[in-house]
Parts: sequence; C-alpha cells; structure tokens
Amino acid sequence: MAVIDPIVQGILLGGLYALFATGLSMIFGVMRLVNLAHGDLSILAAFLALVTVRVTGLNPLLSLALVVPAMFCLGFLLQRGVLNFTLGRGVLPPVLATFGFSIIIQNLLLEAFSADSQRLNPGGIETASIALGDRLAIGWFPLITFVVAVLVLVGLQIFVSRTSLGRAFRATSDDQDAAELMGINNRSLYGLAMAISLGIVAVAGVFLGIRTTFVPSSGPDRLLFAFEAVIIGGLGSLWGTLAGGVILGVAQTIGAKLSPGWGVLTGHLVFLAVLLWRPTGLFAGAMKRSR
Amino acid sequence: MTPPAFAVARSTLASRIGAVVGAVLLVALATLPLWGNASLMRMLIEFISLLVLAQMWNLLAGYAGLVSIGQQAYVGLGGYALIVLADDVGLNPFVSVFLAGLVAAAFSIPTAALVFRFRGGYFAVGTWAVAEVYRLLIANSPRLGSGSGRTLAAVFPLARETREVLTYWLALVIAVGAILHGYLHLRSRFGLGLTAIRDSEPASESLGINVFRTKLWVYVIASFGGGMTGALIYLNLLRISPDAAFTVNWTAFMIFIAVIGGIGTIEGPIVGTVVFFLLREFLADYGSWYLILLGLIAVVVVIRYPQGLWGLIADRWDVRFFPVQRRVRLGSRPVG
Repeated sequence: MAVIDPIVQGILLGGLYALFATGLSMIFGVMRLVNLAHGDLSILAAFLALVTVRVTGLNPLLSLALVVPAMFCLGFLLQRGVLNFTLGRGVLPPVLATFGFSIIIQNLLLEAFSADSQRLNPGGIETASIALGDRLAIGWFPLITFVVAVLVLVGLQIFVSRTSLGRAFRATSDDQDAAELMGINNRSLYGLAMAISLGIVAVAGVFLGIRTTFVPSSGPDRLLFAFEAVIIGGLGSLWGTLAGGVILGVAQTIGAKLSPGWGVLTGHLVFLAVLLWRPTGLFAGAMKRSR
Repeated sequence: MTPPAFAVARSTLASRIGAVVGAVLLVALATLPLWGNASLMRMLIEFISLLVLAQMWNLLAGYAGLVSIGQQAYVGLGGYALIVLADDVGLNPFVSVFLAGLVAAAFSIPTAALVFRFRGGYFAVGTWAVAEVYRLLIANSPRLGSGSGRTLAAVFPLARETREVLTYWLALVIAVGAILHGYLHLRSRFGLGLTAIRDSEPASESLGINVFRTKLWVYVIASFGGGMTGALIYLNLLRISPDAAFTVNWTAFMIFIAVIGGIGTIEGPIVGTVVFFLLREFLADYGSWYLILLGLIAVVVVIRYPQGLWGLIADRWDVRFFPVQRRVRLGSRPVG
C-alpha cells in the first residue's frame, strides 16, 4: 500500500496539471503562441476568487461562476488588445510580451496582496476522503478535480471536433492563410481561443488555491508543470496532455515520498528524460488526429 | 573608363568620436578608486553586471534568435562555482571569477543538448525548466548549503577597501572585455554569419553558414559571460542562496534592458541599463513598481518600437558608436 498510495495521489494530481496544460497547449495549437504568463494568469484567477469570497462570502467553488467569465473576458481583451499585434513577426515579440505580462502580473499581485501565502476554503470538502482499505484513502477534492479535468477535456474535444467554431480552430491551426481565405477572421478567433484558454486555467487556478496555499510568485511553477505535461504527452494531443499530467504528478508524489525536497525536482528530471528519449512526446504519434 | 568610385566604410564619425570619449571615460572609471567613494563603486559594479548580462542576452536573442528565459541558470552556477573554487578548492577568488565563467560554459553544453530540441517559445520555457533543475539540485545539496546557501569566506583575510577596489577593477575589465568582444566578434566573419542568421535563418543556411554550430557557440559564450557575471555579483555580495541566485528576475532584467534599449545592437543594452537604473532610483520607495513599469514599457516597446530606444536614436540621427555593418559610400575613391 505504501507504493500504491503515492501513485494514486499522483494520478489525481495529474488531473490538475492537465487542467493547467490544456489551455497552454490549445493556444499553441491554434496560433503558435507560447503564453509565458499562463501560470501567473491562473494565480491571478485564484486571487480573484479570494477577493470574491471575501466580498460576497460565497463558497470558492461557487465563485467560479464569477471568476471564469471574468478571466474569459480578460483573455479576449488581452488577445485582441495586445497579443494579436505580436503575431506574425517572428519568435521574439510573443515570447517577450507574454513574459512581460508574467512579471507585471506577479508584481501587481505582490503589491496588492503582499507575499503572504493564501488559501481558498471551500468548507470541509478539501479534507474529506473515501477510505479504500486501512492504508489507502482518496481525497474527495482531488477526485473531483480529476473528474472536472476529464470533463473539460471531453468538452473541448467535442467542441473542437463537432462544432463549426471548432472546425475553424482546426483550420486556422493547420494553415492560417488558407483559413483566412475561407472567410475565417483569425484575429477574433484568436481572441476566442485565448478566452477559452483563460477560462479553463481559471478553474485550474481556483482548484489549486483550494488544494494548497499560493503566493503571488506561484505562477511560473504552474507554467513549467503545464509545459512539461504538454511535452511529455506530445504536442497537440489532448489525451496525451492528460497522460503527461498524470506522469508528472506520479513522478512528483513518488519523488516527494523518497525525500521531501525531491518532489518537484523528480518531476523535472522525468520530463528531461522523456525529452532525451522521445523529443516528440510519448503519445504524439498515436493520437495525432484527436486534437 | 575609371573604376567605379566607391569605398566600403566600416567606421563612422560617431565611432571615431566615440572611441576618444570611450578612452577618456575608461581612464576616468579606472582611476575612480582614487577620487570616488565605495558606494559609487558598488553601484558601478551592479551597473556593469546588469550591462554584461543584458549584452549576453542580446547576443542570444537579438542575433542568434535564441529567446532564453533560463539565463539565470548561469548566473547561479557562476556564483556557486566561485564559492566552490575559492572556498573549497582554495583558488584565488578573483581568478575564480574567470574560472566560474568556464564552469558555466561547461554546463551549457549538456544543457544545449536538451534545450536545442525546442524551437521558439518552447525553447524559452525549456531553458526556464532546466534553470529550475539546477536551482533544485543545489537547494538539495547539503555541501552547497542547501536552501539557505553559503557565504564566500575566501576574501575575509583581505581588508574591505582592498577587496572593493579589486572587485571594481575586475568588473571594469569584464565590462570592457564583454563590449570589445561583442564588437570585434560581430565585425568578424563569424559576426557576419551571425547577423545573417538574425535576418534570415533559411537564407543564411542556404549560403553555407552552419546555423546549428553558430547558435551553439553563441549559447556557450553567453553562458560563459553569464557565469562570470554571476561570480562577480557574488564576489560583491559575498552571500549566495539558491532562490536569489537562480531567480528568473535576472533574466527579466536582461530582457527588459535589452528590449527597451534596442535588441540586436551593442549600444542598445548600454542605453537600456541607464534607463533601468534611472527608473529604479526614481521608484526606489515604491517596492516592485519599477519592475511593473519596466515590464509595461518593454511590452509597449516590443509592439510599437521593436528597434528600441537606441534604434529610434540611431535612425533619427544616423549615429553608431559601434558600427558592425559595412557601408558602401559612392563617389569617393577606393581605399585600402
């Protein structure tokens, strides 16, 4: 049981990482943009939930009803107002602009909320668990997180493969110019893609804030974990991303079990090993069309 | 028939005036310990550190198209290499600063083997992840002081004034070396290839430039410079910890300085470092607002003025203190 426990916890943690990774991966797929502020935007969402809870007294899970639309709008405005102007001009502008936002968001949060660690309290569910035998227990909240992650992935899969808007996403992803010629307005499509990405990462940020404490500088780690999940799973593969998140989560929990300081490090090392062994990711070839 | 009347000019009026002004400035700076004070020297050491770091990042991103967000790895590795070489091995701490650069360069080669698998934005995140690996490895090494870090003890026998003056002169040597190296390197055959890569990678590859080798070389040089500067920073600060040495803020400083000053020029990072210091001094009482403001300016510059402040100045008045380009002047006799 001592071995099974960290694996089970790691798998559930992987669901949260997949939730972080999905938006990052989708944005890259649609517009070839790597959003370096992705992690910081998720932490921004967690702080938005914190403020909502303080002002309205709502449960943090219910605050999602406000935080997700807010982040959705922010994503649209950010893309239409700023990031669209960085596209199509080489590698530098999008990377530098999103990195700039990463630093700006981190320091704004630091000025507004100080470096104190914060936590969202949903009123008991975060500690409730289901006992499976005398040594193994599954927390309700990690389980809910995992299920939500799977539902989000299924929803995104259906959206991308079954709706006409999703078809436009795939078309732009395959060939921007051809899509434009077919009457797709790339710029507003990008705005929508960023809005969806931030809507999803808002859920991830709030779940993170319930699961553990967070500080204004928690963002970069989230970006790195999301990135690693995407690369381990293979670019452009939604289910690969879930698998990548799970592998990363299991590596981290097993590493932490071996030595407390080695959790995150083990995750990074597994990522580097995958990169050396299979640079295209573990599941890229097998599930290419499921984008 | 007279031969076509033209000459290839490689220097400009500004560069000749600049050389004279630069020499005077260098003499003034070198003799600063005689007429200046310790706080001015400390500030200049910091100025030089940031300038060299920005120059290295400029070389990486501005010329080789390697947009790294992980250069803090080399600042940290250089800093720790200094502590190990000076305290544990027992070498001279000032010599160890150069050796620390070599240590960082040695680490950069296996790192490149990993991160060069990525392109563009993913290269940025990949380098960041590797920098985190180095930070966590050191934070988990009791010999290197784990999370709380170590103090540089090798310089304790020296009198404080002696240490400060020597550190300052070392910084000056590094600054002059970095700028001259960048200037001469970019004017060389190698620099021509590098500039071609900056302008178009496929075109330069088709003309026979080995893009991969050129980029790798730039990455190793930038890591050497980063490591040496990291060692200089911690020779000045004396106290190192993994979180401070490997913070991504180092790379944020490099990027903001290079972007605001102007990417792809030697003058740009110098202008950018001045702007950085002015902003930080003016906003010294307002916490991290200077970083927020720098970030905003950088985003605006990236989108509206991609050539940066120096680019605006150079285009407006056509001044170049470090001309790396060759210009054809028609209507004059061939020279040379």
